[in-house]
Amino acid sequence: MINRECGVYKTTYQSDMAFFRVPLARSTIIVVLVLAAIVIPFVATDYWFGAIILPFVIFSIAAIGLNLLTGYCGQISLGHGAFIAVGGYTAAIAYIQGVPFLLSVFLGGLNSALIGLLFGIPSARIKGLYLAMATLAAQFALPWVISRVVPFLVPTGLAVAGGDTVYPPAIYIFGWQVETWLDRYFISLAFLVLLTIFSMNLMRSRVGRAWIAIRDHDVAASILGLDITHYKLLAFAISSFYAGIAGALLVFFYFRIAHVNEFDLGLSIRLLAMIIIGGLGSILGNFFGVAFILLLPIFLNRLLTTVGEAAGIYVSTGITSGVESLIFGTLIIIFLVVEPLGMAKLWENIKDYFRLWPFSY
Amino acid sequence: MTVLNVQGIDISFGGVQALLGVSIEVNEGEILACIGPNGAGKTTLINCISGWYHPDQGQISLDGQDITRLPAHRVATLGVARTFQNIALFKRMSVLDNIMSGAHVRMRSNFLSCGIYWGFGQKEEVHYRELAEDIIDFLEIEHIRKTPAGSIPMGLQRRVEVGRALASQPKLLLLDEPMAGLNVEEKEDMARFILDVNEERGIPVVFIDHDMGVVMDISDRVVVLDHGVKIADESPEKVRKDPQVVKAYLGH
Ligand SMILES: Nc1ncnc2c1ncn2[C@@H]1O[C@H](COP(=O)(O)OP(=O)(O)OP(=O)(O)O)[C@@H](O)[C@H]1O
Ligand SMILES: [Mg+2]
Repeated sequence: MINRECGVYKTTYQSDMAFFRVPLARSTIIVVLVLAAIVIPFVATDYWFGAIILPFVIFSIAAIGLNLLTGYCGQISLGHGAFIAVGGYTAAIAYIQGVPFLLSVFLGGLNSALIGLLFGIPSARIKGLYLAMATLAAQFALPWVISRVVPFLVPTGLAVAGGDTVYPPAIYIFGWQVETWLDRYFISLAFLVLLTIFSMNLMRSRVGRAWIAIRDHDVAASILGLDITHYKLLAFAISSFYAGIAGALLVFFYFRIAHVNEFDLGLSIRLLAMIIIGGLGSILGNFFGVAFILLLPIFLNRLLTTVGEAAGIYVSTGITSGVESLIFGTLIIIFLVVEPLGMAKLWENIKDYFRLWPFSY
Repeated sequence: MTVLNVQGIDISFGGVQALLGVSIEVNEGEILACIGPNGAGKTTLINCISGWYHPDQGQISLDGQDITRLPAHRVATLGVARTFQNIALFKRMSVLDNIMSGAHVRMRSNFLSCGIYWGFGQKEEVHYRELAEDIIDFLEIEHIRKTPAGSIPMGLQRRVEVGRALASQPKLLLLDEPMAGLNVEEKEDMARFILDVNEERGIPVVFIDHDMGVVMDISDRVVVLDHGVKIADESPEKVRKDPQVVKAYLGH
């Protein structure tokens, strides 16, 4: 996994601009894809799919989206939980109304992009904390709107509890029924791979540079001819599109239900934690961050129970989740202060160390 | 041929009259120096031309087109590029990407062609990469191409800013104190770049500086501002002997 670029010379600009500029990096990616496509399906149990692997794949999509907006374009959003909800509900309702599955997912992304763009409009005028508050409005307004609007859109029988909880029916793609965790995993993985490539392409070309320019120096960016408002809104729209796709996959494959409470402020904050710990402004970092945040509670739970048993104390779930929040908070602060570029940067440091190894000068 | 025509612009901030009835012309192929004591309004003038400030009075036109009220990004699209007195590079971007972002206004890719990349997006990137590499060669910064702009010395940062401005293929280049903070050798390099940009690429240049030596050496004409008013607009030789200019400088 350590890529050494010594002795690799590029002869065209095209090859210098490729994703993986060293052959070893390309083989790393192939190894990861083989792992994801062949090894995981063989070794993973349903528990692992349900508890870690599928949420990892889906939340990675949402994290990449948020990272495009926050890490690259420098615009904070506390509304992504709600944008995920918009995607989830839109896709579920579209599917119930007879729209084909893939198109439903796409519509989920599209509607979320539209709503995200709408809540991004204040970014033309305000920044930082003020923008955080403005996007927070989405987190309060949207669930309310959803719970008022959804009952009119869903035939009774598929909706329960006042009508705002929706059960998507069995899923068919071109006549093939999606039944097992493995099926769901593969479909979600396909979305993740496509959206990862799309985001990496964005970031190595004109739009990506525009976003970073706005983040690093908005005055210089507009003097260079960038329409700042246009690119901020574009970032909100694309970011929310990713959130919407993630929302659709969550509702169809993971929750198997659309329920507003699943998409609360906590979700927005967990997403932010993922990209902060993983690394703002890094695509690779998202995967680290998501894995970390998903694994931490499971790991902590095991640890605390073991310690508790050894000491003869009963550890309640209340304590576990308290400790969990405490560690979340501490870690976010540590990463923000000590290593704002997150785990991706730590990874870079390790790579840098080995790049010149054994002669580290 | 007049490229830029500034006619009687006024601008004030609160009680401060930063510019009062300032008119300048920049002709094709010309290097124009703008000098004046601190707070004279030099940066404000460049801010007005580049569309960052809008004057209270007067008119600014580029190639005969009125740009007085256009937003900065539109002015850039029309061909005005500039650098900043306090360097304004994108610090976490590489030097190369900084220069590529200068080409933003000339490029056409949207989020779809960028995201799909293969096809138009890539073709355009490669084309502008070649142009960026020409600029990198020209400015002799090949060795720091991939270094983040925030971590190179100031002398090189000023060069990269010029490179970023050039990448937009401007009709007019405005340099706000491009020599500030440079040592003698770096100043000589910068002076040579300004002359070469002007000669090889035929771009008219307006630059602000405090170093009279440099101004005498490379400018075709000198505009002097004092307290927001233009007090001289003549050849470098004449400016040096102009009693009003001498007084403005000694008076401070
Ligand atoms: N945005 C602003 N708000 C308030 N006052 C301003 C603003 N911009 C410029 N000024 C004022 O206008 C006057 C001219 O400033 P300017 O920066 O143009 O001077 P300068 O000639 O570039 O000086 P220096 O040689 O120090 O760079 C100063 O008094 C300054 O305080
Ligand atoms: Mg100034």
